[in-house]
Amino acid sequence: MTYFPEEVVEHIFDFLSSHRDRNIVSTVCKAWYRVERLSRRSVFVGNCYAVRPGRVMARFPGTKCLSVKGKPHFADFNLVPHDWGGFALPWIEAAARGCPGLEELRLKRMVVSDESLELLARSFPNFKALVLVSCEGFSTDGLAAIATHCRGLRELDLQENEVEDHGRQWLSCFPDSCTSLESLNFACLKGEVNAGALERLVARCVNLRSLKLNRAISVESLARILVRTPHLVELGTGSFTVEHRAEAYQRLIHAFRKCKSLKSLSGFWDVAPRCLQSIYSICPNLTVLNLSYAPAIQGADLVKLIRHCFKLQKLWVLDCIGDKGLAVVASTCKELQELRVFPSDIYGTGTAAVTEEGLVAISSGCSKLNSLLYFCHQMTNAALITVAKNCPHFTRFRLCILDPGKPDPDTNQPLDEGFGAIVRSCNDLRRLSLSGLLTDTVFLYIGEYAARLEMLSIAFAGDSDKGMVYVLNGCKNLRKLEIRDSPFGDAALLENVGKYETMRSLWMSSCDVTLGGCKALAAKMPRLNVEVINDRVESDEMEENPSDMHKVEKMYVYRTLAGARNDAPEFVDIL
Amino acid sequence: MEAAARYVKDGADLRDTELRLGLPGSEAPEKPAVPSTRGGKRALQEDDDMESRGKSRPLEADSAEAPAAKAQIVGWPPIRSYRRNSFPPRKAEAEAAGLYVKVSMDGAPYLRKIDLKVYKGYKELKEAMENMFDCFTQGEVSRKDGCSSGSESAITYEDKDGDLMLVGDVPWEMFISSCRRLRILKGCEVRVLRTRQYS
Repeated sequence: MTYFPEEVVEHIFDFLSSHRDRNIVSTVCKAWYRVERLSRRSVFVGNCYAVRPGRVMARFPGTKCLSVKGKPHFADFNLVPHDWGGFALPWIEAAARGCPGLEELRLKRMVVSDESLELLARSFPNFKALVLVSCEGFSTDGLAAIATHCRGLRELDLQENEVEDHGRQWLSCFPDSCTSLESLNFACLKGEVNAGALERLVARCVNLRSLKLNRAISVESLARILVRTPHLVELGTGSFTVEHRAEAYQRLIHAFRKCKSLKSLSGFWDVAPRCLQSIYSICPNLTVLNLSYAPAIQGADLVKLIRHCFKLQKLWVLDCIGDKGLAVVASTCKELQELRVFPSDIYGTGTAAVTEEGLVAISSGCSKLNSLLYFCHQMTNAALITVAKNCPHFTRFRLCILDPGKPDPDTNQPLDEGFGAIVRSCNDLRRLSLSGLLTDTVFLYIGEYAARLEMLSIAFAGDSDKGMVYVLNGCKNLRKLEIRDSPFGDAALLENVGKYETMRSLWMSSCDVTLGGCKALAAKMPRLNVEVINDRVESDEMEENPSDMHKVEKMYVYRTLAGARNDAPEFVDIL
Repeated sequence: MEAAARYVKDGADLRDTELRLGLPGSEAPEKPAVPSTRGGKRALQEDDDMESRGKSRPLEADSAEAPAAKAQIVGWPPIRSYRRNSFPPRKAEAEAAGLYVKVSMDGAPYLRKIDLKVYKGYKELKEAMENMFDCFTQGEVSRKDGCSSGSESAITYEDKDGDLMLVGDVPWEMFISSCRRLRILKGCEVRVLRTRQYS
C-alpha cells in the first residue's frame, strides 16, 4: 500500500471506528503511523497516568474528541482515599496548548476543579460537548463558566457527579443567543435552578432531544417545559412530587401526550405510585426506563407500569420489584437487552426482595439479554446453569449476592459450577463480577473458557494463590483485574509479571500481598507503576519503615509510559 | 452459644424465659461445624487479621443473627457512593426513637408534642391534633386537606429547610422525614397562606 497517496490511506482509515483498530494500523509502518496520527480525531485514554497529556496532544494534534478516565473502578465504592489523584487540569492545559480545535471532552472518575472548567470554557472556540461521569471537585461556578463562554455548546451531560452548590444562577449564564443545546443533563445537582431561565432555555433550543432535570425541579415546571419540548427523546423527570388531584398533575398528563418521541425516562425520585399512571401513554414507545431512584414504588405498581412497556430494551429497577415482578418483565419485555436490579435495602434490615427465581424467569423470557447487573440475596448453581443455557449472549454479567461468601442455599456448595456454566456458555463475555462462596475452581473455569474476558471483579473469593494464577495465565484478553478480600499473595502476584504490561491495571485490596512482594514486582517491571496506598486509619499503627513482611492494604498496579506520577499524595508510595 | 439441651430442665423449656439479645421469636443457632459464610481456611486467617489490624470484617454466621448487629463492610455492597447517598438510612433513624415534634396552635397558652410515627397517615394525624386542641378551639379544624373555604384554621408544618408548608401535599413518608414542627394557623393568617398558595 505504499504507492497509495496519503489521502487515500487516510480515507481508508476513516472506516476504522474503534481505537484499537487505529492503534493497530499505526504500528504497521512509519508511513501509516504518520497518516494515522495526523488523521485521528477521537482519542481514548483509559488511565490518565498511563501517558503524559502533552505526549498525547503532540502525537494527535488533530484531536477533536478526548476521553480520559482517572481513578480505579473501586473508587466508586469508597475504597480509594479521597485525594488519591486523577486530576483533570493537566489534561485540559495540555489540550489548550496542543489541540485548540478540541470539540468534545469526556472525563470519568476524575477530579475536576472550577479552575479547570474555566480554562476549558475559554480555550476551545469550537467546543461542543462536555460529559462528566462520577467526577468531583467542582461547583456550579465552574458550570457557570461553561454556560457563559462555550458558544455553540451542544451537550452538557453531568452523570452522578459530586457537585458543590454555589447557587442557582449558573443556568442563567447561558446567553439568550444560545440555541444550540441538544442534550442537557443536570440530574445530579442538588441545588435549585432558576425555573424561568430553564424554561426559556429549552424553548429556544429547538434541537433539544435529551433533558434530565434534577430533583429540585417541580412538577409544575416540568409540565411547562414539556409543553415547549414536544420533540424530546430522553427525559429525566426530576422529583415528580405531585398530588394526583392537583391541577399540575392534569397539565402534566396533557403534556406527556404531546411528547410522541419520548423513548427514555428516568428520575422519578419522589413519585407517589398513583402518579405513575401519567406515563402509561408513553410506555409503549419506551426503550429505556430507569426507576432505580424511586424507592417509594413497590412491586405491584412497578408491574402495572411495566405491562405497558413491551419495547423496552434497557431497564433499571430496585429489587422491590420482586421475583414476581421480574416474571412480568420476562413475559412483557421481549426486546430486553440490559437489566439492572439494585438493592433498595442497603443497610441490611433483611427484607429479601429478589432471588435466583427472578433471574431464571428473566432468562427464560428475554433471550436477547446481554448485559446484567443483579443484586440479590441468594443464588443457586442450578439457576446459574439455567440462565447460562437460556442466555448465551451475555457480554456483561455482574452478580452481587449481598451476603459475602454465601453458598448455594439448596446444596450448601460453592457457586463454582454456576459461574463455570456462564463462562462456558457465553463466548462473548467481556465483563464479569463474581460473588458468593467461591473456591479456586471457579478461576480454573474462567481461565480456561473466558477467552474474551476483559474485566474481572473478585470479592471474598478463592482459596489460594492458584486461583489468581489461573486467571492471569488463562484470560488472554484481560485488561482490568480488581480483587478485594481474597487470599491471593505474593506468589500469585509474581507468577506472571509480564502479564501486567498487557493489561491496563490490577487492583488488590485486603489480600495477602506483602510490601516485599510489591517491591519485587516494581523491581522486575520498570514500566509498571506499583502504588501502595496506605489507609490513613492505619498510618498511626505503621512504623516509619514497615517491614517487607507487612501486608499491603491496597495496591494499584498499572502500565505506564510516564513513569512515577508527581502528583501522588503522601499516603501513596510508588515503588 | 449454649446447647439447646441445657435449657430443658425438669421437662420445662427455659428458653422462653432466657434473656437474649436476639429478636423475639428467633432462635439462637448452634455454632455451625463449618462456618457457612466463608471457606474454612479463610475464617481462621480472618481471626488473625482481626487481631493484627483491628478492622471490622464480616461476622461469623452464628453471631450475625440480628440484622442490626451485622458489621458494615467498607465498600459493600458495591454500589456507587452517589446512589448510596441518594437513599439515606431514614428507616434506621425513625426506628430508633419516636419522632416527636412540637405542635403549636395560635392563641393556645402552651404547646404540645406528638409522635409522628404513631400515625399511619394524614387523616389520623389531623384527628389526633383536633382532639389535642379541642379545648382551645371554638370552630372546627377542617377535615379536608387542612384547609377549606369555610374553616378558619389550617395545619402547617416547618420543614427541614425552615419553610412553612401546608400539611397534606407530599406523600406521608416524605412528610414524616421532613417535618420539624407543626403549627395550626388560625384566622387571618390562613387567608394570607391561601392567597400565597394560589397566586
